[in-house]
Amino acid sequence: MAIALLEIEDIWVRYAGMPVIQGLSLAVEGGETVCVVGANGAGKSTLLRAVMGKQPPYKGKVRFAGREIQRLSTEEIVHLGIVYVPEEKMLFGPLSVEENLRLGAYILKDPQRIEQNLDFVYSLFPRLQERRRQPASTLSGGEQQMVAIGRGLMSNPRILMLDEPSLGLAPILVDEVLDTVRKLKEEGMTILLVEQNVREALELADRGYVLQTGRIMAEGSGQELLASDMFRKAFLGM
Amino acid sequence: MDILISSIVAGLLIGMILALVSLGLTIIFGVMDIVNFAHGEFLMLGMYTTLFTAQATGIDPLLTLPLAALVGFALGVACYYGFIRFLLRGPMVAQLLGTFGLMLLLRNLALLLFGSEDRALHHGLLVGKSFELGMGVIIPATKLAAAGLSIVTFAAVWLLMNRTRIGKALTATSLNAQGARYMGIPTSRMNALAWGIGGGSVTLAGGLLVNFWSVNPFVGLLFTMIAFTIVALGGFGSVPGAFFAALVVGLITEIPGFWDFVTYTFDIGWMSDVPMTSFKYTWVYLAYFVIMVVRPRGLFGWKH
Repeated sequence: MAIALLEIEDIWVRYAGMPVIQGLSLAVEGGETVCVVGANGAGKSTLLRAVMGKQPPYKGKVRFAGREIQRLSTEEIVHLGIVYVPEEKMLFGPLSVEENLRLGAYILKDPQRIEQNLDFVYSLFPRLQERRRQPASTLSGGEQQMVAIGRGLMSNPRILMLDEPSLGLAPILVDEVLDTVRKLKEEGMTILLVEQNVREALELADRGYVLQTGRIMAEGSGQELLASDMFRKAFLGM
Repeated sequence: MDILISSIVAGLLIGMILALVSLGLTIIFGVMDIVNFAHGEFLMLGMYTTLFTAQATGIDPLLTLPLAALVGFALGVACYYGFIRFLLRGPMVAQLLGTFGLMLLLRNLALLLFGSEDRALHHGLLVGKSFELGMGVIIPATKLAAAGLSIVTFAAVWLLMNRTRIGKALTATSLNAQGARYMGIPTSRMNALAWGIGGGSVTLAGGLLVNFWSVNPFVGLLFTMIAFTIVALGGFGSVPGAFFAALVVGLITEIPGFWDFVTYTFDIGWMSDVPMTSFKYTWVYLAYFVIMVVRPRGLFGWKH
């Protein structure tokens, strides 16, 4: 097994004094798509926010490309190439779609690179190009999710962490978003995906982890997890 | 008729200066949701900077403006890193009382260092000169220059915020600070920049005002209150809102003078004996209450 790009080693995270993540370890290798599934409150979002330095672990280590990052600020972590697309999207509402996307490339200095990335995002989401001058807040939920993902891609991330990208979307849009994730995976992007659409997410992921009350309960390839008894009972009600 | 035009011109001119006075307040609020009660004290320090520099060196007060802006920028940044940064971790009330304390500190420091007497500029290229616009409308050169430079500065800051990379990052921080952090934007440095621009623009306004307004350590309060009215009217955090609201407030301050002229000229009973100009700021604050009741979001809405 190669050295993992992102390696989380026995981290513990408290939120408002409550233990949310209790001794969690996972790894994502370069080029892999890894999915974390779990019920509400299992600690999925906290896990991603811990990596981002938003809710840093009080114990344990987070390594990125071999370097310990659990003490770094969010800003420094972003500069290393870790991009987080939050569940709440956090768009800059009154700014146009294109202004939002360009802000995603804030850490890049080369204007040519920024234009290339913009073209790439527009080729991925042609609808955003049609709406590039519109304020982001006037877009539909699905389009706003495209802006959020597109904005995340603008800085050439080495790993893209998506937090429930299909949350609150109509089923047809859920498929569209997950298709995009699949496309990015085929492009060779390293992706850490947190999803509630368990079956679809595990089908597209290389590997998956099942999170329960802040601990990893099971791991394996997507197909293995979908087939396992424990998993079928917990998530699919079978 | 010409006196009406005079009032309107004077109102718009003072409005343009008030726009620059209010700019920093709305930017600082927009970026970090902090209401800076010490805003007027920054203005007061800008007035002293220009006054003392011009008096000590004998150069024209207009040439001291870059220094006034620099002092305000440095003071704003220093206040952020030395003080405000720590307040951000506390509850809202700590932030309110914190900037209130900063106001008292700066005011009393000024009292200690400069004394309580009124000081005014008596020299300068523009002091004492005036232009005639025709139709009997005469405007003092100092006010015209102050209004013109205010517009230029206001426009420059607006362009900075909307057309440059760092300005976009500042705007992003004001719209969603956590979202901005996830883009790798150094939001703490953006806060400091907001304080720098906020402090620098208001001390520059002070440097312009002192050409026709005498200064003492207590002068800030009036302008803090006016700036609050303007920012509330325009919408807290809105830059274009502050500009238009300032013009409205400028006009409001000139209406009583026009009223006095009319009542005096036509000798309308007791009204001609009560000079309304003495109450001109009462109308400004009355406008503030009306805004709070009728449209608490301001003309342009909060932040947008």
